[in-house]
Amino acid sequence: MTLPTFCDWLSNTPMSLKIQTVLWIIPAVQTVHILCVTIVMTSMAMLDLRLVGVAGRQQLMSRMVNRFVPWVWWTLPILLISGSLLIIGEPSRELLNPYFRAKMLMLLTVIAITLVVQLRNLKDSTFWESRKLLAGCAGGISLLLWIGIVTAGRWIAYY
Amino acid sequence: MIVPEFLTWIENTHVATAIRVSTWLFPTVETIHVLSIVIVVGSITMLDLRLLGLASRDRSVSELHREIIPWTWASFACAVVAGSLLFSSAATKYYANTPFRLKMMFLLLIGVNTLIFELGTFRNVKSWDREKRTPLGARLAGGISIVFWICVVACGRWIGFTK
Repeated sequence: MTLPTFCDWLSNTPMSLKIQTVLWIIPAVQTVHILCVTIVMTSMAMLDLRLVGVAGRQQLMSRMVNRFVPWVWWTLPILLISGSLLIIGEPSRELLNPYFRAKMLMLLTVIAITLVVQLRNLKDSTFWESRKLLAGCAGGISLLLWIGIVTAGRWIAYY
Repeated sequence: MIVPEFLTWIENTHVATAIRVSTWLFPTVETIHVLSIVIVVGSITMLDLRLLGLASRDRSVSELHREIIPWTWASFACAVVAGSLLFSSAATKYYANTPFRLKMMFLLLIGVNTLIFELGTFRNVKSWDREKRTPLGARLAGGISIVFWICVVACGRWIGFTK
């Protein structure tokens, strides 16, 4: 089955038809999605700016990791569920959209970076403190990726 | 100058026309608007959760306030500039739009809430700075802020689904 046929099939399932016909579902789900983005994005921005050394310098990096990364893992599932509902409602708008694909690619990359940051910190709480350059790179790339994710997310609507 | 004429004047400025005519300007300004709002809402929620005693409980309120509020204001300024540019591209349409009006109303209410908190409860923060359970006024301000900001985001998203 090719991707366009899959989109066709998905858009004819009862659940998709429901999302398509009940007018308030998509705006409501998008609102939940964006509110969750604010939580993840701000948490990551706080941590990334600390890793880069721009903000929160009086606080230990390991403490910042422990403080902010859990918010990401708790909010990500809600983002995945709300995002999936949007895909089920309009499969071809998302799955065949280059902005959507770029967004997913950036998301997977940033999840990998966040996992490395957290796991290294778990093993050795001074790991990032003693590797300022590496920490700066991880934080900077992560922040740029999150900005890219939000940007691509908004541009999906304009493809 | 009366309102409809003023709105038409806005729409006919060079900037507004450029945004309306271009294929990429509107989404670009909109992306900046969304990114700014994300940081505004996310940062203010951190303070609100502290006021509610639900997060950052080991940190002093005034310290958190001093760290967070400059970021909130800076992003808010970006959001207002970008939002005004979006508004200018179709001023007459947005002015008459119900979700847009509701969004502005909630922003106004947030302003009032902030003012009451900053000039009232927050003035004697020194006496409850490290308390996990903050005074009722502070908890109210935090709760109201979270609810109203959710309304702002919901109305903002709703605008995109109306004519």
